[in-house]
Amino acid sequence: MDMNLTPEERAFREEVRAFIKDALPPALANKVKSGKHLKKEDYVTWQNALNGRGWLAPHWPVEHGGTGWTPVQKHIFEEECVAAGAPRVVAFGLSMLGPVLIKYGSEAQKAKYLPRILANEDWWAQGYSEPGSGSDLASLQTRAVRDGDHYVVNGQKTWTTLGQHANMMFCLVRTDPNAKFQEGISFLLIDMTSPGVEVRPIILLEGEHEVNEVWLTDVRVPVENLVGEENKGWTYAKYLLTYERTGIAGVGFSKTALANLKRVARTQKNNGRPLSEDPLFAARMAKVEIDLMAMEVFNLRLVSAAGEGKVPGAESSYLKIKGTQIRQELTDLLRRAVGPYAMPFVPEAFEEGYNEEPIGPEGAMKMSKNYFNMRKISIYGGSNEIQRNIISKHLLDL
Amino acid sequence: MDFNLSEERQMLADTANRFIRDRYDISVRHKTAAMEGGYDPAMWTTLADLGLIGALLPADVGGFGGLGEDIAVVFEALGRGLVVEPFLATGVLGASPIVISGSDAQKALLEDVIAGGLTLAFAHGEPEGRYDLSYVATRAEPQGDGWNLSGRKAVVINGDTADKLVVSARSSGETADAEGISLFLIDAKGAGVSRRGYGTIDGGRAAEIALDGVAVGKDDLIGTPGQALAVIEETVARGIVALSAEALGAMDVSRDLTLDYLKTRKQFGRTIGSFQALQHRMVDMCLEIEQVRAGLLLGAGTLEADRLERERNVAALKNLVGRAGRLVAEESIQLHGGIAMTWEYALGHYAKRLTMIDHQLGDTDYHLERFIALSRDAA
Repeated sequence: MDMNLTPEERAFREEVRAFIKDALPPALANKVKSGKHLKKEDYVTWQNALNGRGWLAPHWPVEHGGTGWTPVQKHIFEEECVAAGAPRVVAFGLSMLGPVLIKYGSEAQKAKYLPRILANEDWWAQGYSEPGSGSDLASLQTRAVRDGDHYVVNGQKTWTTLGQHANMMFCLVRTDPNAKFQEGISFLLIDMTSPGVEVRPIILLEGEHEVNEVWLTDVRVPVENLVGEENKGWTYAKYLLTYERTGIAGVGFSKTALANLKRVARTQKNNGRPLSEDPLFAARMAKVEIDLMAMEVFNLRLVSAAGEGKVPGAESSYLKIKGTQIRQELTDLLRRAVGPYAMPFVPEAFEEGYNEEPIGPEGAMKMSKNYFNMRKISIYGGSNEIQRNIISKHLLDL
Repeated sequence: MDFNLSEERQMLADTANRFIRDRYDISVRHKTAAMEGGYDPAMWTTLADLGLIGALLPADVGGFGGLGEDIAVVFEALGRGLVVEPFLATGVLGASPIVISGSDAQKALLEDVIAGGLTLAFAHGEPEGRYDLSYVATRAEPQGDGWNLSGRKAVVINGDTADKLVVSARSSGETADAEGISLFLIDAKGAGVSRRGYGTIDGGRAAEIALDGVAVGKDDLIGTPGQALAVIEETVARGIVALSAEALGAMDVSRDLTLDYLKTRKQFGRTIGSFQALQHRMVDMCLEIEQVRAGLLLGAGTLEADRLERERNVAALKNLVGRAGRLVAEESIQLHGGIAMTWEYALGHYAKRLTMIDHQLGDTDYHLERFIALSRDAA
């Protein structure tokens, strides 16, 4: 057992850094670091750069465009990208649909969609949750009825992240209403430009537009857009959720946030001294740093143990729980660190082209916004309560 | 000990709560918060006519209350409605220095405040001062019979629209010294005063205020020059009682929304409130809220006690509110799931206000340290 990075891994980190320095426009990195709203082009610019290097889909099988990286390499890559201020790679096509098509899709579907995902020609959204089916996803009611060469789809999806930019949606639909919930679901690829598809924004509590409702009214979907077998969609959905777990704990995000927190705490004054010298604040920072140190090792240990081509099992739920708690704690501390200046909120400041003096210390205006926005991470992706149920049932046999 | 509200206070509570319930629902709140200046002047007058400003001030200035319990009753109602009208800035932080140590001429102005005419703001905190009450770098340089004020004031609640500002400035000593601070009442639109107004993330308004050579005379001084810290402390103590009561009102609504959701939302074929794990967390939330209710009784009841007892109790109260506020804000959202993350659902707005209360007049850690220091002094 060796906890140190090998010389090859250290060299890999340097290689990643050099690539990012070359390929990530500084203006875009600044945009990301200052919390400004990203446009569709911002994501696509970065993803095209990654694809040019062959690094857009690290976890795909090599024969489909993957990199063949070890878990440690994937971990290093994620950490460096976040630290440098790269936009977050949009997961839906790359980390979710791609692996499902590779494993369960037809040759025609793979040939058609995988290259378009890599080339950023399609932007995929995830049509899973419904107003009545959140944690109980299997109870979903969006209906797909076979009509000749098409399925006719009716229903409503919600929490569709970045659906406003998407032109395609992979959708869980009910094709057999008489079967047990999990056994009547199919996995359908829906063109969002089809008649009957309507996307409506959902504004979050801090004012952001990230998620949407998608209304489906008599949407005709060609039968060739069914992935795998009818009524086997739940299997593919479960596979998709467990496929890519390397980044589930968000270690890269937390490390960057912690570094940022230390910098802010050094520059903020409390009784004439840096806030980092206040015993209470120093204790808060130390506790979360200790938790993060342990979790990073836990994360690497779990994903390394899974080995080539295999995925970690129920233990990855531990990573989701602890990882989100640490990230949320860091957003709380960043907000706390700026004191009274956590209150000012100027929505225009997050648009490109806003040039006025910030209110308070640099970066203060986004701290509260981030804190409130990040309350979502313990809820989405399988709430932390559901993750605890998974551990209880599948690991502890309770 | 008597835990019952007097008949008059009960009437005040009923009046305020009925008004908020019937005429200040969340859609009204959103509308008034979006108005220029961050509140509705017509609504302010209506609330003044109900006596809600007068309740915050004593009889000798034209009010009919002014004690800790009066402040608590009014602000608990305001917290339930997430009311954005400038009660804290005008009725507590702005008015208290005048009530405590103002001249007769200054006290006479409070009649107009009570009527909903004149608005005030408390321009004390500074960009580098964080929560420290004695941190005043703004200087009051002697000039003729008066002074010349220069400095910067930070996150002045409702400072952008206030008619008059209560400003602290240092006439002697070093930046963080307890001695040497003076308070002045100045025109917000006077020469040398510039304001940059902005919204706050919880739906309120505040301002950065710059004072560049503001000329003030002896008539503008509030109380004794160089001795204002005691007045500032007492003012802030009253503000803490106000904020804590506001937090309690917001917590009660957050709790009710969450409890109702647990009883109605179904997943996996049953109400989510039927899951014991969530029941226990709901109980924990209720327990912390009851602790705050008790802490508020303690804090509000000792506003008129001697300085050390008062300061220690309000430090305890604000620390308690900070801890409980975080738990209620975070848990109420988490127990709801995704729906509470939306702008459209009211809870998110309560969570934002609760969280921001911990950034006003000292946060959880500041008051813990203050409590520790005061406990040493009391020993």
